[in-house]
Order: sequence, then structure tokens, then C-alpha cells
Amino acid sequence: MSKKEDFVKFDKVDKSYDGKVLVVKDLNLDIKEGEFVTMLGPSGSGKTTCLMMLAGFETPTNGEIYLDNNPISNIPPHKRGIGMVFQNYALFPHMTVFENLAFPLRVRKISKEDIEKKVDKALAMVSLSEFGNRMPGQLSGGQQQRVAVARALVFDPSVVLMDEPLGALDKNLRESMQYEIKHIHESIGVTVVYVTHDQGEALTMSNRIAVFNDGKVQQLSSPDKLYEEPVNSFVAEFIGENNTFAGEISDISNGSCKVKLDKGEIIANPISVKSVGEKTTVSIRPERALINPKDKMDNNQKGKIEEVIYHGDHTRVRLNLLGNSEFILKVPNSSQNLDIKLGNEIDIGWNSRDARALDPK
Amino acid sequence: MSSETQKILSTDGIPLEESLKKAEKKNKIKAFLLVTPLLLFLIITYIVPIADMFSRSIDDKMVTNMLPKTYKAMEQWDGKELPPEEVFEAFYLDYKILVKNKTAGKLQTQLNYEKNGFKSVLKKLARKQKKFEEGNYKEQIMKVHKRWRNVEYWRAIKRRAPAYTYSKYLKGVDMYSNEDGKIVQVSEDRRIHRILWSRTLEVAFFVTLFCFLMAYPIAHLLATLPMKYSNLLMICVLLPFWTSLLVRTASWMILLQQQGIVNDFFVWIGLVADDNRPEMMYNKTGTYVAMTQILLPFMVLPLYSVMKTISPSLMRAGKSLGATPAVAFFKVYFPLTIPGIGAGCLLVFILAIGYYITPALVGGASGTLISNQIAYHMKSTLDWSFASAMGLMLLTGVLVIYWIYNKLVGVDNIKLG
Repeated sequence: MSKKEDFVKFDKVDKSYDGKVLVVKDLNLDIKEGEFVTMLGPSGSGKTTCLMMLAGFETPTNGEIYLDNNPISNIPPHKRGIGMVFQNYALFPHMTVFENLAFPLRVRKISKEDIEKKVDKALAMVSLSEFGNRMPGQLSGGQQQRVAVARALVFDPSVVLMDEPLGALDKNLRESMQYEIKHIHESIGVTVVYVTHDQGEALTMSNRIAVFNDGKVQQLSSPDKLYEEPVNSFVAEFIGENNTFAGEISDISNGSCKVKLDKGEIIANPISVKSVGEKTTVSIRPERALINPKDKMDNNQKGKIEEVIYHGDHTRVRLNLLGNSEFILKVPNSSQNLDIKLGNEIDIGWNSRDARALDPK
Repeated sequence: MSSETQKILSTDGIPLEESLKKAEKKNKIKAFLLVTPLLLFLIITYIVPIADMFSRSIDDKMVTNMLPKTYKAMEQWDGKELPPEEVFEAFYLDYKILVKNKTAGKLQTQLNYEKNGFKSVLKKLARKQKKFEEGNYKEQIMKVHKRWRNVEYWRAIKRRAPAYTYSKYLKGVDMYSNEDGKIVQVSEDRRIHRILWSRTLEVAFFVTLFCFLMAYPIAHLLATLPMKYSNLLMICVLLPFWTSLLVRTASWMILLQQQGIVNDFFVWIGLVADDNRPEMMYNKTGTYVAMTQILLPFMVLPLYSVMKTISPSLMRAGKSLGATPAVAFFKVYFPLTIPGIGAGCLLVFILAIGYYITPALVGGASGTLISNQIAYHMKSTLDWSFASAMGLMLLTGVLVIYWIYNKLVGVDNIKLG
């Protein structure tokens, strides 16, 4: 069975609640069959609205959503066959875990034996076989979450939507649940659309991430590309940590450019700038700038250490560099005896291809 | 295991349990002192009156106290034939005192309850006894009226000998113990109380049902609307609640009477002819309409408080799992509102079963309830013991309903807010 390229397709979708503000603007998004796509963005960016439109709880103001090439805007939620995991689990508190899982099967009038088989299988999948007779209230948060996942999968939906499902869990549990959901996805190959505002979660779990801001998809790409090659300064700022310099292009040629700052000049990689005189924001990941670089690097600057914070596995160093007093460095904690002391002047170097000249903020 | 736990000592070497008790004793005393005023208030205003009501309803000392000598003499009498001379003499002496003290009327009324026609016999005796000579009272009394020769009348006196009686309770369900001491029903044309009891239950049941049917959608709307609309709606629900009961009932009288607004409207839209206006007041319809409106907030508020806690994502979850909106409602939403339904229904039913003012004003003859009968006996016939008996029967009925409810739904499931 070949995987369909555009199994879920948002086609020019607009959404407005009050007729004044567009919450979602001209959204185009194709999701492959069996893919794990995360919608990532700050709150109010429209990602949950997109999910609700896909689930059928909201209707697009304009445009159409296709599921397996069928327009679904006029199909009510209960006929879409899309599983959904809610932020607060939404387990039915008056039913046992077994009854919760059997609910989607019972409304589909599946025979009793099949229901038992499927529910047992789903419970085994989330390793909760022993808990069928418990009430949801008797389970811990993580267990409830696993029940919610099992319930969304038990009726073999073609797509499963997850709306910040791990938001209520503590950090350790959240991490282990991330891997669990990822493994479940890998083993059954269901298409997952996942919504979160937690970038760590998105980077860990997804095949592709759609970064939302202001009702628009800013960038849709794999986690590594998103982190390494952000296409605009919002994505660069939102994903991971980021050092920025605001300046103006003074020269551009052969895939590199010179950026004139208030104090000094740096060489950068032109991403969204084309001509001399354009304003730009240059973005450099903290781990790409090195102290006392051994190899030859095309950017070498001196900076003054303003703050040192010990983080266990690494040390965060805040520098004043080229007039930017918020320049962050992450120094791995090794036996190397680096001269990291408050007030010291140190040499900093980075490669120009890691300094991405993006749109001005 | 238990021996191990007993060994646990606190750092001072005192057994842990003991030191825990000691530590908490002060708090317990404080807590008790805090609730004492309320406890006393409850005892004085609630328990004591009910106890008083109960003692009134079974108290029958009045006759016993008025005829002390008679009852003493009657102890030996088996009640088969006319009593011996001593009983007649004792009765004459007791009665003489009553006539002298001008309290004979009470005895006449009480004994007339027991045996019809006793009053006139006693009145005649009161007039004639002044001329009685000493000795042979049996002959003299029997001469006053031939009924004194009928053993039934003497048995009637003897029946009132016990200081306590349950006859008021029997009367409350249209029964009495006849001359032979058997419990029988009163004649069919006098069975008024049973009609009232069943009507009270019927009205309470249907008012609860109507309230439920109307309150459920309102409460749902209240719980799901955005704040600014739901606040307005809440005020609409509560505003009548804050209005005086009498005002509300009176406004229903204005609306429902034959020349009232509702009837005018019906005539205007041509639903009924002008000369054939339906009677919507002074019957059960009026009672239903007014009571449903007045008790509605008691149903809306518990339902609302429960619905407010039901996450809207549960219905969404139901739908996303493939349930039609109707199935999702009945399988997911409705079961979760049962605690509110239980609380609301219990509240409305119990309030309705003892409702007084509204049925009294708009109920007419066919719309009055048992509480109106109780009030009638309190105010008009002054038969307080009977009123007390019926009041207690009402209270028992409410407790029975509560007990049944507890068995069916479980009181733990009630949620009043």
C-alpha cells in the first residue's frame, strides 16, 4: 500500500471567529499518510483552531479541508472517523477504563467479542492491561493519558489528533510519554497531528513540524532542518536559543554577505536578504560560536564575560559582543581549562554559514 | 502487625496514639465550641418543636384527667354489661366538679368524638344532676336519659381511659377504631384525607417533573453560554426567586383568572371563544402552573452547579469517538448530571409536598393540598393534636422518600452546589 502524499490537506483555509480578526490565514498544509506532524506555536497562533477544524468542532470560514481526497467541511465530527486526545484527557469519569475504550466500538455496533479483543489489545499497547476495571479517577495522570491515547486509537482511525496531551504532566513523565507516543506511532503507522507549544516535545516526536505564528505557518520542515536552518527570525527565535544582531547589508556576493552593525561588521549567510542596504537580523545558535577556536573561522571577535551560570553538563556564559550584551555561549563542561571568569576578555569565533541573515524583526 | 503498631512511641516515650489524641483534643474542643450555638439553635428550633408536636399528637390525657375517679372505678369493670354502682357514683362526682368549674363542655366535645349523640346526653345530665340525692346514683343517672342504660356509652368513656392514643393518626388516613376496638375505614363520603394525601403526592410529582423538564435546558444554557450572557440569564432565573412568594402567587392570579391576561390572549388569538374561557385558577391547573414557576430555581441551581463542572471536551470526545450528538448526550452528558438531577428533584419534591401558600391562594377546592388541611385544623377547628399528627405523617413521608432516594441513587451523589 503506497502512502498517500496529501492524506490530510488544508487548502487555502481561513478562520475567523468574530468576522474581524483572522485566526488562521490562508493555511495550506499537506500531511502524508502515516506521518507525525506537529503544529507548534505560541498560544493564540491558531494551531488549536486548525486542529479543531480538522476534528470538525469548528468550520473553516473559507477554503476546504480534505481527508483522503474527500472534502470534510460538511461532515459532522462523529462521522469523520478521526481519533482525538484532549488536553485534559476527557475520559468519561462515570465509566471504567474498559468502558471508556469500548465506547467508540459500542457506538459503531461492533460485536461483544470483537470489542473485548480490541480493547484488550489497546490496553496492552499502553501497558495498562490490569487496569480495565478501574475508574479514571483512580488512575494517575500518566495512566489517564495512556488510556486517552488508547481510546483514540482503539477504533482504528485513519488520523489521530492530539491537543497538547502532555501539558498536565510533570517533566519526567512528559518525557517518557513522548517516547511512548512516538513508539506507538511507529508501530501502528497511524497519521498523527499533534499540537503543542513545547518545542522540546515537537523536536523529539515529529517527522515534520509546522511552526505557527499569527495564524500562518512560518515554516514546515523536519526537526533538524527547523533548528539548523530556520527560514525567518520568528522561527529562529522560537525554536531553541538564539543570538541575534540587527544590522544592514553592506556587501552581498557568492553566498555570503557582510552585515554592518552599530559597532563592527560580521560575515553572514544570506537567507532572506538579496541586496545591499537591506535591514536584517543575523541569528547564531549559541553552540555554534566557540571560545578560542583552533580551526580557522571567518568571524573572530572579542567579547567580555558579563555572567557565568553553571548548569551541570554545560556552562552558560553571557558576553558583551559587538554591542550585544545578551550574547549567550554554551560551553561544554570538560576538563579543558578555559579562562571563563567574570570580566575576562575572550576570543569568540564562528563560521559565516552558521550566521544566518534573516528578515529584520 | 497490631502489636508492632502499638509499640510506636513518640520522642517523649508516650505511645504515639495517645500523644496524637492529646494533641488533637484541644482542636476538637475548639471545633465543638464553635458549632455549639448552631447545635443549640437546632435543638431549640427544630428538635424540641417536633418532639412537642409528637407528644401533642398522641396525648390524650385531657379526658383522663377530667374523670380521675371514674377511670379508677372502671379498672374493675370488664365492659360486658352496665358498670356497677361505684362507677356511676364516681362519674357523678367527677362530672359534678366539671360542671361546677364550667369545663364540662370540653368533656362533652371529646366524648362526642367517640360516640355520636353523647353531647346531648351529657348536657341533660349537667342540668339534672343538681337535684340528685345521695346514694343509688346508678338509678338516678339512668333515669335522666335512656342512653345511660346503653352499655355502648360507658364503653365509649372507657375507651378514652389511656393517656395516649394513636387515633389521630388513624383519622389522618380516614380510619378509626370502632366500638369493638377494630380499625375500620370511615364511610366513603367522609374519606377526605386520603384524597388530599394522594393529590399532594400527585401535585408534588408532576411539579417536580415539570420543573425538571424546564430547568434542564435552562441550566445547560447557563453552564455553556459565555459569561456575559449567562450572568444575565442567571439574574432572570434568580429575580423571581428574590421576589416575595405572595407577590409571585398574586401575579399568577392576575394572569390566570378567567378575565385575566392569559385568557384574554387566548381569546384574542382565537384559541377559545369569549364566552367559553377555561378556568385556569382555583383548580389543579393553577396549582401546577404557579408552583412550577415558584420552585423552578430550586431545580435550576443544583443542575447548573453540576453542569458547570462537566468539561465541554467530554461531549467533544464522545462525538470524536463516533457517537452522534444524541448518543453522546445520553451516554456521556446525562449520566454526569444525575447528581444534580437527584438534588434538584429531591429539593423540589420535598418543598412541593409541604407547600401551603400557593395552593391556598390559587388552588381552590380541587387544588388544595394536605398542608392546607393541616393549617385548617391549626386555625379553624383548633384540633392541634390532629394537625400535629398530620404534620408528623408528612415529615415521615419526606423521610421515607429520602430513604428511598438514598437506596436508589445514594445521598453521596447529591450535589447541591
